[in-house]
Amino acid sequence: MRRIMVLAAAALFAALSGQVAAADELYGTLKKIKDSGRIVIGRSENSIPFSFTDASGKPVGYSIDLCSRIVEAVKAELKMDKLEVQYVTIMGTTLIPLLVNGTVDMSCSTTTNNLTRQKQVDFLYTMYVTGNQLLVRKGSGIREVEDLKGKRVAVNQGTTNEKIIKALDKQLNLGIRFLDTEDQPRGWLAFESGRVDCYVTDAIVEHGLIAKSATPEKYEVVGRLLSFDPYAIVVRRDDSAFRLIGNRVLADLFRSGEIEQIYDKWLKPIAGPLSEPLRTVFATQAMPY
Amino acid sequence: MRYSWHWSVLTIEPHFGWIVSGVQWTILVSLASWSIAFTLGSVLGVARTVRSPAVRAFAGAYVEVFRNVPLLVQMFLWYFVLPELLPERWGTWLKRELPDAEFWTAVVCLGLYTACRVCETVRSGIGSISRGQAYAGLATGLTPFQVYRHILLPVGYRIILPALTTEFLSIFKNSSLALTIGVLELTGQTRRIAEYTFQPIEMFLTATVLYGLMTLTVTGLMRIVESRTQLPGMITVAAR
Repeated sequence: MRRIMVLAAAALFAALSGQVAAADELYGTLKKIKDSGRIVIGRSENSIPFSFTDASGKPVGYSIDLCSRIVEAVKAELKMDKLEVQYVTIMGTTLIPLLVNGTVDMSCSTTTNNLTRQKQVDFLYTMYVTGNQLLVRKGSGIREVEDLKGKRVAVNQGTTNEKIIKALDKQLNLGIRFLDTEDQPRGWLAFESGRVDCYVTDAIVEHGLIAKSATPEKYEVVGRLLSFDPYAIVVRRDDSAFRLIGNRVLADLFRSGEIEQIYDKWLKPIAGPLSEPLRTVFATQAMPY
Repeated sequence: MRYSWHWSVLTIEPHFGWIVSGVQWTILVSLASWSIAFTLGSVLGVARTVRSPAVRAFAGAYVEVFRNVPLLVQMFLWYFVLPELLPERWGTWLKRELPDAEFWTAVVCLGLYTACRVCETVRSGIGSISRGQAYAGLATGLTPFQVYRHILLPVGYRIILPALTTEFLSIFKNSSLALTIGVLELTGQTRRIAEYTFQPIEMFLTATVLYGLMTLTVTGLMRIVESRTQLPGMITVAAR
């Protein structure tokens, strides 16, 4: 009897320790990073000020800064002396294949988090919130979306902006004549060259475009926010160990208020000081330990 | 690879309607530009073989310009740059008043580009006919125009039919570049759905199959044309 109990205890111990070992075992993205000694970050060429290339050719921006913090945390978590960071330029259509096939480990750009996309990927905590507004020429008489009746409007193909403005067009029966531009530079070009009266995209992008233009005094961003677009870093789906590290870094930044320094560095010159709603978004995501 | 397949993105509204509309635009752009390409290309191809050096030089210059600039760049130049170079009134007309400006720009661009390729094909077709035939025609009292009309072109076109089929197929695939100036043809629509849903693999596979169906149809039709027009003993017969 005694012998059986000892055996049972030994078996139980073995089983338990086995489980503990399993919980500690690396999997998914973390295992890949540990094995390869390298983390691959997806980024954009010209999503100013979130993810773009600076004059010296280096990837920089608000999203890139946040991702660099996550890279540091991953390095510490995996107790690695050296972690090589590799950047890969992604576009809307290449992001998903590159992420799911393991080429890219996380994407640091201006991706809007939505529930449809969550069928395919995971998002970290919201790092910025924007929405659709109208980019118009000063003196155009356009103040709100209702003023777009019969106007020519550019919007980028396949964006959440397109979805929203086309739904509104139908709902309000505006008869907008759309130009479905391929990407942001072309959308801006169509607007600047006078092909369209208005360009509809994320408000923060519009402010960035105006700031970068040769004649910023000629343009303005008008109208109420037409949508709610939370930007987030994209990671592979079903990989909660890696996602947790990312979210912990973000929660720490939100809790300590350090996020405001990063915000001020990149976003303040374009979007103005950190707004109260955004401050609340950050505060509610500052999960405690 | 842990890709979540969701083929249902194809059928949910409004996606299905978008794909259908994409196919329609692709066919429309392709056929309209092919009519420009075939007509202009034929004229230029003949022009490259005539006696007058000035005409030959013009056609040669046309070919060099259009085949040496990437088609993507040509689309951009026609759509964004041309209206700025024209007198302001014309530019404004192109930018603001021309209905379906994106479509027409794409058609003109693709048509003029493919014309240079058709031109070279036609030229080589005419060039492949032994000179004796043209001389014989002239000797029997035909005018140079009649020599082209009754001898060189009927034979030349038959020789180049397979090559023309290839150009016709290319135009379907090249029409996808129209998306860069805002024509939501098949590639544009599938990319658009891919970005909405983050299901790019399903969408691009769909586009591949649909392009395949369209081009196979064209190939089939051209085969019929080839067999209807074949001359006994000519190379195109071997294609059967």
